[in-house]
Amino acid sequence: MSTTIATPRRSRTAGAEPQAKPRRRMKSPYPSWFFLPAGVFYVILFLVPTVASFWFSLTRWTLFDVEFIGFENYIRFFQEPPLVQGFVNTFIYAFVTSGAKVVLGLLFGVLLSSQIIGRGFTRSVIFFPVLASTIGVGIMFKVLLDPFDGPVNAGLEAIGLQGPGWWTDPATALLTVAMVDIWKGVGLATLIFIAGMVAIPQEYYEAARVDGAGAGKTFRHITLPLLQPATATVVLLSLIGGLRSFDLIWAITKGGPGFTSDVLASVVYKQYQAGFFGLSTAGNVVLFVVVAAIIFPLSWWLNRKGDQS
Amino acid sequence: MTNRVWRWVGGSVALIIAVFVFLVPFAFMVLTAGKTQKEAAALKFSWPTHWAFFDNLVTVLSTRDFLIVRAFVNSTILTVGAVAIMVVLGAMVGYVLQRRRSRWNPLVNFFVLAGLIIPPAVVPTIWVLQGLGLFKTLVGLIAVHVAFGLSFCILLFRAFVAGIPRELDEAAIIDGAGPVKLFFRVVFPLLRSVIITVIVVQAVSVFNDFTFALYFLPGDDNATVQLTTYNYTSQAVSSWNLLFMNVLIITIPPLIMYVFFQRQIVAGMTSGAVKG
Repeated sequence: MSTTIATPRRSRTAGAEPQAKPRRRMKSPYPSWFFLPAGVFYVILFLVPTVASFWFSLTRWTLFDVEFIGFENYIRFFQEPPLVQGFVNTFIYAFVTSGAKVVLGLLFGVLLSSQIIGRGFTRSVIFFPVLASTIGVGIMFKVLLDPFDGPVNAGLEAIGLQGPGWWTDPATALLTVAMVDIWKGVGLATLIFIAGMVAIPQEYYEAARVDGAGAGKTFRHITLPLLQPATATVVLLSLIGGLRSFDLIWAITKGGPGFTSDVLASVVYKQYQAGFFGLSTAGNVVLFVVVAAIIFPLSWWLNRKGDQS
Repeated sequence: MTNRVWRWVGGSVALIIAVFVFLVPFAFMVLTAGKTQKEAAALKFSWPTHWAFFDNLVTVLSTRDFLIVRAFVNSTILTVGAVAIMVVLGAMVGYVLQRRRSRWNPLVNFFVLAGLIIPPAVVPTIWVLQGLGLFKTLVGLIAVHVAFGLSFCILLFRAFVAGIPRELDEAAIIDGAGPVKLFFRVVFPLLRSVIITVIVVQAVSVFNDFTFALYFLPGDDNATVQLTTYNYTSQAVSSWNLLFMNVLIITIPPLIMYVFFQRQIVAGMTSGAVKG
């Protein structure tokens, strides 16, 4: 399969096939207008708003009128501490969640593709939070991690530990949400790694064993390099998701306490709610630039690396 | 010998940890949803002394004129509508994109990728929807979901169409099938397995969506299920049993999907892990 962001190119076999040249006077059996209906949705609701956002981000935009003010929104965006904090937090959140999902996903993936009992069941258990409603999970953990009445801290107290303030403490709020995000998303990373591992031919492992390579060496020199496409997928998916993350943060902290767990996406929503449409859109453009500046080069780099191995 | 030990010890440890970390929180939710308000307020991880599960269910369902029931109707219309459109249009694009080499392809491929990566520009989207008279309507929200879900569908369809032999197309053309007939009568039925994958994956993601509904379909009249929890988070914070019952109700449909379509969901969500 040649799919998703990890391998944006057409698969090699498909590209090499002789293409039926459109014969003269005969219409192609693969008409271009098949693009049209999908294109209408895409252009009107994705392309137009995205292009328009660049213009609107340069305006003071309220319910009633639009006034051009140049780069004022952007200047404001990088001067007001709450907004700057949201900008910085976006990176922290995305990198923490993405890194943890790669490491834990790989760990669980290796564990759950070895010959152990209850493997299928354990996989299902790890995966099913992925499908649960994000809002539901957020509310659930908000209660579980309540610093005063929450069962988690009660449990910690029972074994003699003082639980942290979780989402009520400015120092830990963002990381608490990140932790819940990891809890919810690690199952997907695990399954992607397992799918990647299943695709590695067994002969490689047999050859390595014949050559006398131990488990560590086999992992280092066979599993890890051949998992490259899976790793790329996990990194890209979780970074895209992490940078854009909104609903979990909104369900648990609403950006609080204060604005210590705000990210770009929640800033965008708050400014929109407050009626600062121009500023909100500027936040959107910043998010756009951040995502594009990280994901496009990274995806190119990861895929190139994949071609070499 | 070590393998046998590992098989049992490693397996059981992994199983216990997974159940503890991933299932116990849900168990807490289910138990709390079955308690009376007074008992739930203690937030203890305990068996309810008096099961009020059914009472809570009725209370939650009937709150605010059966808001959650209406929300379920809305969410169902939204999910079915958006996924149906996505599947047909996505399959059309993925098919032509794979079959025909044209100078448009690089551009289309780029747009597909951009659709996966670029975050939606929310306020300008509202502006567009308002211009079309679709803001705060279910139709508008369906259209937004289609626009943002198409990219994923196209990628899956394109990869799958690559595995369908061209000879089939040619045979159909010789038999006199036009492009439309060729696609809808010959190719589309062959996409069955990938269609199921796309349907379940996208249905779960549309059903679970909160952000788009919050922006593009605000208000109680046509709330979707993900917004119903607001009832209990904003006002009566003390009724944990009702809040958790609500969360439980909205979490169950995707999990039912998972039970029946585990293989397809996993296949759809992990595609890209294997290089082809």
